[in-house]
Amino acid sequence: MSTPAYLDHAATTAIRPEVIEAIAAQMGHLGNASSLHTAGRAARRVVEESRELIADRLGATPSEVVFTSGGTEADNLAVLGAWRQRHTVDPARSRLLVSTIEHHAVLDPVGRLVDAEGAKVDWLEVDRAGVVDAEAAAAAITQAADQLALVSMMWANNEVGTLQPVAQVAAAARERGVPFHTDAVQAVGHVPVAFGECGADLLSLSGHKIGGPQGVGALLVRRDVQLTPLTFGGGQERQLRSGTLDVASIRGLAVAVAAATDELDAERARLIALRDKLIQGALQLGLGIELSGAHTEGSAEDRLPGNVHLRVPGCDGDSLLYLLDAAGVQCSTGSACQAGVPQPSHVLLAMGYADEQARGALRLTLGHTSTEADVDAVIAALPGAVERARRAHQATAGRG
Amino acid sequence: MRVVAAMSGGVDSAVAAARMLDAGHDVVGVHLALSQSAATLRESARGCCTIEDAGDARRVADRLGIPFYVWDMAERFKQDVVEDFVAEYAAGRTPNPCLRCNERIKFAALLDKALALGFDAVATGHYAQIVDGPHGRELHRAVDAAKDQSYVLGVLDAEQLARSFFPLGDTTKPQIRQEAAERGFSVAKKPDSHDICFIADGDTAGWLAGRLGAQPGPIVDETGEVVGEHEGSFAYTVGQRRGLGLKVPRPDGAKRYVTSVDPQRNTVVVGTADLLGVDRVVGDHLRWCGPAPAGTVRLGAQLRAHGEELPATVRVDGDRVVAELDRRTRGVAAGQSIVLYDGSRVVGSATITAATRVGVTTQ
Repeated sequence: MSTPAYLDHAATTAIRPEVIEAIAAQMGHLGNASSLHTAGRAARRVVEESRELIADRLGATPSEVVFTSGGTEADNLAVLGAWRQRHTVDPARSRLLVSTIEHHAVLDPVGRLVDAEGAKVDWLEVDRAGVVDAEAAAAAITQAADQLALVSMMWANNEVGTLQPVAQVAAAARERGVPFHTDAVQAVGHVPVAFGECGADLLSLSGHKIGGPQGVGALLVRRDVQLTPLTFGGGQERQLRSGTLDVASIRGLAVAVAAATDELDAERARLIALRDKLIQGALQLGLGIELSGAHTEGSAEDRLPGNVHLRVPGCDGDSLLYLLDAAGVQCSTGSACQAGVPQPSHVLLAMGYADEQARGALRLTLGHTSTEADVDAVIAALPGAVERARRAHQATAGRG
Repeated sequence: MRVVAAMSGGVDSAVAAARMLDAGHDVVGVHLALSQSAATLRESARGCCTIEDAGDARRVADRLGIPFYVWDMAERFKQDVVEDFVAEYAAGRTPNPCLRCNERIKFAALLDKALALGFDAVATGHYAQIVDGPHGRELHRAVDAAKDQSYVLGVLDAEQLARSFFPLGDTTKPQIRQEAAERGFSVAKKPDSHDICFIADGDTAGWLAGRLGAQPGPIVDETGEVVGEHEGSFAYTVGQRRGLGLKVPRPDGAKRYVTSVDPQRNTVVVGTADLLGVDRVVGDHLRWCGPAPAGTVRLGAQLRAHGEELPATVRVDGDRVVAELDRRTRGVAAGQSIVLYDGSRVVGSATITAATRVGVTTQ
């Protein structure tokens, strides 16, 4: 078998060589960014230059960048921090307005607030294409404006790749004085993201989705937004995120953000072409495969440039994964496991698919190291994998 | 060969997977998620199929460098094993869910899925041996008599055996533990699982009561006199002595045992030990591990998982089997499996429908 084809860039993508170099160089330097002596100042300078670089590329001001351990922590800080702050100041504000297709890094802290702290949640539904209706969102905001503590809607969905109407929903929230958070983990570096312009108050991003290191990310926090911290201690990061700063990772994050945004236009066009080739190739196999989510050929207006999400009727996603992996194609079902057991995707269920339709899902995601050969490998491997997976599905179907 | 190693997370299946890999096979580890609530943590050394067991299995697979998957068979397990178990008890019988699981899940649903995916066979950590002999691929007892699990495999037919590997059958348990330690497996000292995997605390009667509800009724002696009461006849097994709570002692003070369970009348019958004697066992649901015996043959009969093997004269009569035991044994309940042996070779099995002694029927 030749080199395996990696089509799981939405899970994590290859770290960029310049990032490795920057991290390795920084790790050789002594210094706590909070110390006042020479070594501390040198570390702090790296952190602040990284902050400035990220702010510049994402249309934010440096003081709006709060470093975290990744996208999940950024989402948790946004959801828990904003709700607790607003609810404390104004106990009438106990509600959250959240889309049904959020990542679990948003859904689970929301669930925690509902279960343990008396929060109530209103859901922003999506259509069959996996997109939130901006007008319905605006109406929902207007209706509950005085009780809402936070609106959270992702920029781009991690499973089906659909882009959401962030600017419209952010504007509606702004008009009613409700903080708006967007999980942009899948968007940053892949589609243009400008924090100041988009109208969001809080925006999450992650390093390893754009060729940066794992274990680092950031929450962009508008200067006038108050959050209740999750961690307490040394008061780093505007008192929002205590803990010694991971200088090398922060440096790596900044280098990755710069590289991804520098090459965004060219890379977006390249990935759209690969994506469309993969979609077309898969749908033309005559296997009954269907594409999930919005798609306009040649465009990344409604779908991420690197996302392909297929539903294969009559299969279990985990059988497909095994067979494709054995055939040298690494991809994902896109949805979470519980104790290793794949669960039907909450995103597909929210889009109106039945449990059975949601089981044979395949997420194939492209990134900066993807080539045409990767796409060809998938198309070549799919027929055999689908045929076997269907037989396996029949073999294990319960009585009935 | 391309082989699925069924990995429970225990020490035996870990070594079995490693041995298959050593033998040159292309091995993929598969953990079966059988519990309806797979996310629970292990509550004791018992039970299995918790998130920790899946994690233990994954650690071993990672160490061996083999792919590892969790296959969700909870619904099939519930239908074919758990619900069957409840229904059998409700009908006054005493089933062995391990045989059922081997027949319907491990060497059926799991094996079928593996074959459909392009695998050639399934390997497990059962203590039993497969020997190529005059009857084809024969199932034999393990060399470690204390660990021998051929009894619970007595439901496998020739086709299933042709697709199965039991790499531990030639080794004793202490040696397997030592081998696991030498291989650096984190599960080398993990306690064995016991009893019924889906009843984590081992309280079968309590678990059944939760499913079937309390159904109070009388406990009577062999003359029909009420000598106690029970919370559900399903919780009693022929041969049981403990936990009867009898209120009326026998005048002679002799110990009493459950001699029969009548779910229709919700009545438990008790009597003295001599009433438990059985010398004729009839079974149906015949499963032959190779050619079915013809006519009347002399075989060994084992009536419970770690019971002794009893010499018997066995006659296959259509879709049932009759075993005349050379010497009387005690406490045989309908629903148990009778597994037949020719020397160390497993001939086949049946589910006991009636156990009788001269002049008396206990079911």
